[in-house]
Amino acid sequence: MNRATRFWRSTVGKKIVMAVSGIIMIGFLILHAAGNLQIFESSAKLNTYSAFLHGPANELLWVVRIVLFVAVIAHIVSAYQLTMLDRAARPVPYAQKKLQAATIGSRTMRVGGVLLALFIVLHILHFTTLTLQPAPMAAGDVYGNAIASFRIWWVTAFYVIAMIALGLHLYHGAWSSARTLGFEQGHSDPFHRPVAVTLAVLIWAGFTIVPVAVFFHWIS
Amino acid sequence: MNLTLRVWRQAGPKAPGRMVEYKAADISPEASFLEMMDVVNETLTLRGDEPIAFDHDCREGICGMCSMMINGVAHGPNRGTATCQLHMRSFEDGALIYIEPWRVRAFPVVKDLCVDRSALDRIVAAGGFITAATGGAQDANSVLVSKADADLAMDAAACIGCGACAAACPNGSASLFTGAKISHLGQLPQGQPERYRRALAMVEQHDAEGFGGCTLHGECQLACPKEISIDTIARMHRDFLVGAATTREERSGSGVG
Amino acid sequence: MELRARVPEGPIEQKWDSHRFEMKLVNPANKRKYTIIVVGTGLAGGSAAATLAELGYNVKCFCFQDSPRRAHSIAAQGGINAAKNYQNDGDSIYRLFYDTVKGGDFRSREANVYRLAQISVNIIDQCVAQGVPFAREYGGLLANRSFGGAQVSRTFYARGQTGQQLLLGAYQALERQIGKGMVQMYPRTEMLDLVVIDGVARGIVTRNLVTGAIESHAADAVILGSGGYGNVFYLSTNAKGSNATAIWRAYKRGAAFANPCFTQIHPTCIPKSGEYQSKLTLMSESLRNDGRVWVPLKKGDTRSPDTIPAEERDYFLERRYPSFGNLVPRDVASRAAKSICDEGRGVGTTGLGVYLDFASAIERVGEATIRERYGNLFEMYQRITDENPYKVPMRIYPAVHYTMGGLWVDYNLMSTIPGLHVIGEANFSDHGANRLGASALMQGLADGYFIVTNTIADYLATAKLPPVDTSRGEFRDAEAHVAARTKRFLAAKGTRTVDSFHRELGNLMWEYCGMSRTAEGLQTALEKIPKLREEFWRDVNVPGSADTLNQALEKAGRVADFFELAELMCLDALERRESCGGHFREEYRTPDGEALRDDEHFAYVAAWEYAGDGARPVLNKEPLTFDYVHLAQRSYK
Repeated sequence: MNRATRFWRSTVGKKIVMAVSGIIMIGFLILHAAGNLQIFESSAKLNTYSAFLHGPANELLWVVRIVLFVAVIAHIVSAYQLTMLDRAARPVPYAQKKLQAATIGSRTMRVGGVLLALFIVLHILHFTTLTLQPAPMAAGDVYGNAIASFRIWWVTAFYVIAMIALGLHLYHGAWSSARTLGFEQGHSDPFHRPVAVTLAVLIWAGFTIVPVAVFFHWIS
Repeated sequence: MNLTLRVWRQAGPKAPGRMVEYKAADISPEASFLEMMDVVNETLTLRGDEPIAFDHDCREGICGMCSMMINGVAHGPNRGTATCQLHMRSFEDGALIYIEPWRVRAFPVVKDLCVDRSALDRIVAAGGFITAATGGAQDANSVLVSKADADLAMDAAACIGCGACAAACPNGSASLFTGAKISHLGQLPQGQPERYRRALAMVEQHDAEGFGGCTLHGECQLACPKEISIDTIARMHRDFLVGAATTREERSGSGVG
Repeated sequence: MELRARVPEGPIEQKWDSHRFEMKLVNPANKRKYTIIVVGTGLAGGSAAATLAELGYNVKCFCFQDSPRRAHSIAAQGGINAAKNYQNDGDSIYRLFYDTVKGGDFRSREANVYRLAQISVNIIDQCVAQGVPFAREYGGLLANRSFGGAQVSRTFYARGQTGQQLLLGAYQALERQIGKGMVQMYPRTEMLDLVVIDGVARGIVTRNLVTGAIESHAADAVILGSGGYGNVFYLSTNAKGSNATAIWRAYKRGAAFANPCFTQIHPTCIPKSGEYQSKLTLMSESLRNDGRVWVPLKKGDTRSPDTIPAEERDYFLERRYPSFGNLVPRDVASRAAKSICDEGRGVGTTGLGVYLDFASAIERVGEATIRERYGNLFEMYQRITDENPYKVPMRIYPAVHYTMGGLWVDYNLMSTIPGLHVIGEANFSDHGANRLGASALMQGLADGYFIVTNTIADYLATAKLPPVDTSRGEFRDAEAHVAARTKRFLAAKGTRTVDSFHRELGNLMWEYCGMSRTAEGLQTALEKIPKLREEFWRDVNVPGSADTLNQALEKAGRVADFFELAELMCLDALERRESCGGHFREEYRTPDGEALRDDEHFAYVAAWEYAGDGARPVLNKEPLTFDYVHLAQRSYK
């Protein structure tokens, strides 16, 4: 059996794939959030940034898109396979089972992951392809599109809920992916996770603030 | 104390099982959990029922034979305590106690609360050792091991192989068991030559036994009667990763001239 | 029966070397043609099975637990002795040899003990190579401590789990061989009979504890490493499953049983708390390095210990043994505690306990240091008793811990049945009448890694062994015998459980054949035990069937053997009209109450030979000579 097959077949190999793809996505999220926050500066700033990405940086954008696409698929496929393996590992459930250590983050990884996958599809259809238009939207006017969409309560609600799922996903995922890649933090409590908490809060806040600010007319 | 027990009864590996209710009367709070089970079994025997089969041996928390899921927690409510060292004073008089076997596909039920944990032995057989045939060793003090390394190795080596980690894991993963052995041996200079090969082989055997994968819920660490840290799992991941990246396929037939 | 110890000629330092040269070898290519059965997977059995497989033999290995890693060697806490002299404190092979012979109260074979001391150094090397995480100094060298009153620091340890770590080393080596297909492992399988063909051990009959199947296994040699028989007392520090069935069946097939009355009572165990109690828990002997043992001076003083002023306390070990104080050997400490409790000065609700007090040590070195030294033991104590030993003194009481007696073996560790080798606690060889702390692990591993694995080659190379398979009549007979016995237990359908009989037998043995013995008491026991045994067979209730996992049936078989063994122990204790080591006959003591040996009449190994059910076993004597360690009264005053 060759090395790659051996690697992929094992639960640890799949976990490593999840961790690496997860970290790629975290990197993207940081950039994405930073881009979004330009909305607070001015409409021109945001739209210029968008034009830059679709103009001079277009090739780079496509590289990023391909990398992300591969990462998302790898993340989902390994998550799915691991979930199936994990379910098979306990065919008879306990009559009583108490969890002692699992956090809300770790417990919601699967359901939250599915929600996030759904969110990603809708989000792309919404802002990238403009296929879904809850309000009239125009190509190139990212700022205007955001204002128009997030003034609608259910659009904002959906984004806010999805970002809660993202925060929880990161609260566990950012911490566990480092451990999956073998990093020990040298802290006496292995559940200690300052970096993951910081990342989760910043990314969650960075994304949530935009729709909320638009909805409450903090931006106009 | 008087207690109500709901105990899993299963006549054999293939037989169907169910939870059955028993009363445990006049139990001393000073008795251990297993001594309470002994009393129940004496009563069952004398009234002509078959006693409840459960694994136990040393009854001092080191052999790793005892294995009960008590009220949904592996080895019961006390941290760092195997079932045999759990005492009845940890329960309220009149309590209802659920007692179940470890439920993991890789640990098929043998009878009642007894399960077959030979999967753990096979994980060790796959690589959980240092190859050192008797007689070839050099003087013990010729290998220096820093105290910190020796202590870390010992922390991991304290594993008693009870299987509580897999029983408590929502994914039915025995990663803590496997990681503890990989950490113990990988932390010592003597364990270096086989370090990455060991990690690959043990992880593969772990998976082949049908255990689930680790998602780092951390349930295992809290269930472990020796409180082994999930840091050992991180070390297993690292050694597996390095092993997967660097280990060459072993060539056979290079024989000696 | 002729007892040929086969101790090699020559000076004691050279016996083992010259013997190894003189022994015949098995050609490497021929080793795989031999099958060797190993019963038990503790330090002795596990290390022997692994090493034999490494050498190239086919090994079949058996244990009653669900995994070879669970053998009771795992519970040993304190450490393992070795004459490394890493501390430069005057230790040597000769000193370890000397201490062990003296500590055993001159009832062991000098040549065996010397070899044990020689091999002790190789054991540490071997275990370190396997990755046993022994305690280290900051510089990376191995740490040592003094243990059990030894005046040198020769004990190697891995926290309070030395036995566990050594066993895991042997277990891992064994699993490696299982993985390679060199060892066939049979867990949850109990040996129920030995098969002797043409006077030679050729196999065993076992019961698969899961399916109930009775099976035969043929081999060229059989090794028993099945441990001791302390559970004859019901309450002991042994694991619940520890049993004497393998050695007892071998005894009934012709292997002599040596010194059955030599049992060790360990002084520092947690006292019994009630009738439901199923076992006793040992607290490491190392606690006596800092703990002071005392009881109230007045009888029936029920004040809480902290309110009893110093002048109303009796630090009886320090008083009676000023030079060794709290560190006197196990047998001495145990007897002193018992005699105090017999006077009515014991503490705790049962009156069977003495204080082990750390208050002055905590005052001297601080609680943090004590926590570092004994933290896990204190925790264990608190878990069991719900008392905090940092605040109140521990209560301790002696408990049965180890059996020095066992099947008689010659220098090659072969019993009186050719081909049947016995190793570890199951044999009698090295500890005489009293075992020193940290010596059991040493002996188990010496036997298993280094001795039997060499001597068995000599047996295989010299014995003319015709091929044998399990179709032989002897196997059929043994299987039928085992099956009939099983049936008999299930058919009794009486009114008492196995445990109730076991408990009663244990009480009898503790009363009459425990820490101190009298001719009168032993005779009483010899009358009572057969009656109780008869009642057992008539009135025992073993529920369930023979074709599934049936733990009551397993226990019944073991208890039935304990009944017979108990009688032999009492007989041996009665016959040995002296006090030595763990065997204390009240009639034979010095004016100040210490054990009084009678070297003129009893410097021998009592090897009992089975003579048929109901017949008195035959006593054979192997005289013991002491050419190197001079016979002397042990004194710890």
